[in-house]
Amino acid sequence: MERLLDLALQQASSAEVFEASSESAVVHFEANKLKQLENRQSTTVALRIVRDGRIGFAAASGAHEPDKLVDMAVETSSYGAEALFDFPGSSVLMGPKTYDSRIVELETDALIEMGTDVIERVTSAYADVQCEGLVSISAGMVRILNSSGLDVSSRKTSIGAMMEGVRISGTDMLFVGDSVSSGELLPDVRLIADTMLAQLARAAELAHIETGTYPVLFTPHGVDVALLLPLAVAYNGKNVLEKSSRLAGRQGEQVFTPALSLWDDATLEGRPTTSPFDAEGIASRRVPLIEAGVVGEFLFDLQTGAEAGMATTGSGRRADARSQVRPGMSAFVVGEGDTSFGQMLSSIEEGLVVEELIGAGQGNLLSGDFGGNVLLGYKVERGKIVGRVKDTMISGNIIDALSRNVVIGNDTRWVGGNLRTPSLLCDGISVSSKGGDE
Amino acid sequence: MSLCPSLERWGTIIGPRPFPGVLMRDRITEALQNHGADYVEVRYEERTTTRVSYRGRKLEDASLSSDSGGCVRALVDGGWGFASFNDFEALEESVARAADDARMSAGEALSLPEREPFEASAVSMPARNVNDVSLDEKVSLLSEFNDIIMSSPRIQSSSINYGDSGRMVRFAASDGTYIEQKVPDLSLRLTAIARDGEEVQQAGVSLGSVGDFGAVQSLHDQAQDVARRAAALLDAPNVKGGEYTVVLDPILAGVFVHEAFGHLSEADLVYQNPQMRELMWLGRKFGSQNLNIVDDATLPWLRGSYAYDDEGTPGQRTYLIREGELVGRLHSLETAARMDEEISGNARAISYRHSPIVRMSNTFIEPGGVSLQDMLADIKEGVYVKDWYGGQTSMEMFTFSGGEAYMIRDGQIAEMLRPVVLTGNVFTTLERIDAIGDDLDMNQGGGCGKGGQSPLPVSNGSPHIRISRCIVGGK
Repeated sequence: MERLLDLALQQASSAEVFEASSESAVVHFEANKLKQLENRQSTTVALRIVRDGRIGFAAASGAHEPDKLVDMAVETSSYGAEALFDFPGSSVLMGPKTYDSRIVELETDALIEMGTDVIERVTSAYADVQCEGLVSISAGMVRILNSSGLDVSSRKTSIGAMMEGVRISGTDMLFVGDSVSSGELLPDVRLIADTMLAQLARAAELAHIETGTYPVLFTPHGVDVALLLPLAVAYNGKNVLEKSSRLAGRQGEQVFTPALSLWDDATLEGRPTTSPFDAEGIASRRVPLIEAGVVGEFLFDLQTGAEAGMATTGSGRRADARSQVRPGMSAFVVGEGDTSFGQMLSSIEEGLVVEELIGAGQGNLLSGDFGGNVLLGYKVERGKIVGRVKDTMISGNIIDALSRNVVIGNDTRWVGGNLRTPSLLCDGISVSSKGGDE
Repeated sequence: MSLCPSLERWGTIIGPRPFPGVLMRDRITEALQNHGADYVEVRYEERTTTRVSYRGRKLEDASLSSDSGGCVRALVDGGWGFASFNDFEALEESVARAADDARMSAGEALSLPEREPFEASAVSMPARNVNDVSLDEKVSLLSEFNDIIMSSPRIQSSSINYGDSGRMVRFAASDGTYIEQKVPDLSLRLTAIARDGEEVQQAGVSLGSVGDFGAVQSLHDQAQDVARRAAALLDAPNVKGGEYTVVLDPILAGVFVHEAFGHLSEADLVYQNPQMRELMWLGRKFGSQNLNIVDDATLPWLRGSYAYDDEGTPGQRTYLIREGELVGRLHSLETAARMDEEISGNARAISYRHSPIVRMSNTFIEPGGVSLQDMLADIKEGVYVKDWYGGQTSMEMFTFSGGEAYMIRDGQIAEMLRPVVLTGNVFTTLERIDAIGDDLDMNQGGGCGKGGQSPLPVSNGSPHIRISRCIVGGK
């Protein structure tokens, strides 16, 4: 890495070398059985330079020649964006622990056991459910070196398990599922089986909801699938800078319900998304996004921040190790409320509980639209779940929905690895369903 | 664009190998000895990628990258082991590891379909190979498109994402089969973002080609149209949700066939589930006599085309639905063996980091004979939907979202609507296709995601179709 930096500096005024290596093991289950064991090793180096004031970028996974990588970066710098930042200098970064050697030492048998345990718990209660899923562990290392003297590195481990079950009856297909993840030993995989069993029980009957406007109770999974992506888009510094986010220019305004708080946090102990520094070597911190309904900060990296006249929030991310840095989320955390799931449910005269959607995120995300076909959701009548709905769509807009009255649950949990949220009960969500003549 | 199969530009050369790398091949062949597994395959891949993006007035990203690495997949008594690596020196160790892992996951024995070992190389040589086009020319062209979008009325911002790659894959199997394939790829999405006060609307177009730069060189009018549509959406109302008669243009109908039926034809979603096998029996009626759905990897110059899949099976044309009946499905070697059906050459992996899984290639509804005008004629109130944002399926239910929508009133295309999301149920919606147009076109943009592997180049298409009742999400 030092050599690559030296080589780059022969042609560039400043430079940064990013190196990431990882090893992972994945155990796949299909049709309630062990299917495949996988091992992956990967190493990538990425070079960012500033030459004649412009950014050049080149990256390589696997075999590469350092001279050639420098040439590639130089070639792109003729066209690259004007660099509006200086690479950060050396700093001592103290972050939370991100490495747990017990994960690396886990035997394959233990991973197989975790998956098998979930499948057995589910199928012993529902013999006709077919499960498919995986258990995975990974260990990696990231090092960033730049011409301002920065040299930071971090080791990281993570473990995750996910399982999906399908139950088919005639032409009806019911999908249930859950996942857990952690940066340290051990996530409780029983949570996956417990969730799936609760979903199966609630979905036992079929129910119908007429087209109309209803209160919708999003479980933590429902919040993840419906609301996370439009929120991440609205707070991305790129969209704010371009004024394509509806929140652009509204920092400090009371846009959302005062009940709602949200922040992005890369500093949480024991989480796979945690890192002492971002993809540019800037110290991670907790970034407030919504404070009691007021729009807080937006997520910036060095370049986007400089363009917007703002400081980086330590939110530089790479979509993969061969991609340029862009601003992005780490883990969104929704502040907990004090209403239980049961209390929220009993307050609904007629409405829906939404757990899972398909087609979410395929509408106009920039304007905050969300929606999709309810893959797993339940009809609520007079405070009780009466059955699962099908052939039903929901649609709404986060900025409208979260500015009205929202009841915040006290059932906080992690979902999907990068969201910690309780259930949220939103008013006035549009529901479309098929006519009833079949 | 014609879909009549003609193979002149998809050059499949069987014979002398045009690539260097004899030593690499020897080493791979050597590594495939003495592993103790029932079957082992190695893929080694070298890829170069160019990316250019614009946001608003500025070029955001110009980057070049390379990616080389390989993987080994081994089979022992029905259990698979897989190992991927960046360092070619890890080859032998990875073969041993994959074989050990396969032994550990062994279960019910599996005999893969027999094949005569063969050697082949396939090179696709586009009219204007993108790998020979300078970065300067790519940046200049994209800058022209961006200027057109940004100088249009009411446009707040733009997003232009361009990517191209050259990919060379060596495949070797323990049965002696050895294949080298060289495939370029190109994808481009132009998005215009319009804003008026609180309202933000966007419109876009996705295109792609098998590495032919010519396919994106004359999009100036389309860039203009995208900007015009984004601005027009600011004044458009949302559709009222509910069931409508919908007419889909060829692009969105292509997404529809991909989501509504293509994925359900993938045998890996069927072969181990007894209830699914009962539902998806060959001969089952899914649509009218006029409905024919095909997956075809051999069509020339489509992004889903290939000479061999990632298990070394030649790509082919497979009827999924013929005259309304389920007649075939897409297979890997394993699913064909387990279901005792013919192999179809649909095992594909996005890169050496992944195992091949059952995927589509180019999937489309064959043309019928109804004109768009006749399709619209007897619709009192309906929705006409064009272009696409995306789609997703859970096998039974699926969604697909359109980029451009209009009300249909009294047989005429009427006012513009905000983009809509539609949903259907495979067991009822295909039956409700009551008119199939005569104007087949293929959509080459975007990519398909499945099992953590995204985006895979595919294409899909259809003529205009009419669905008598379809749920449209609305506000």
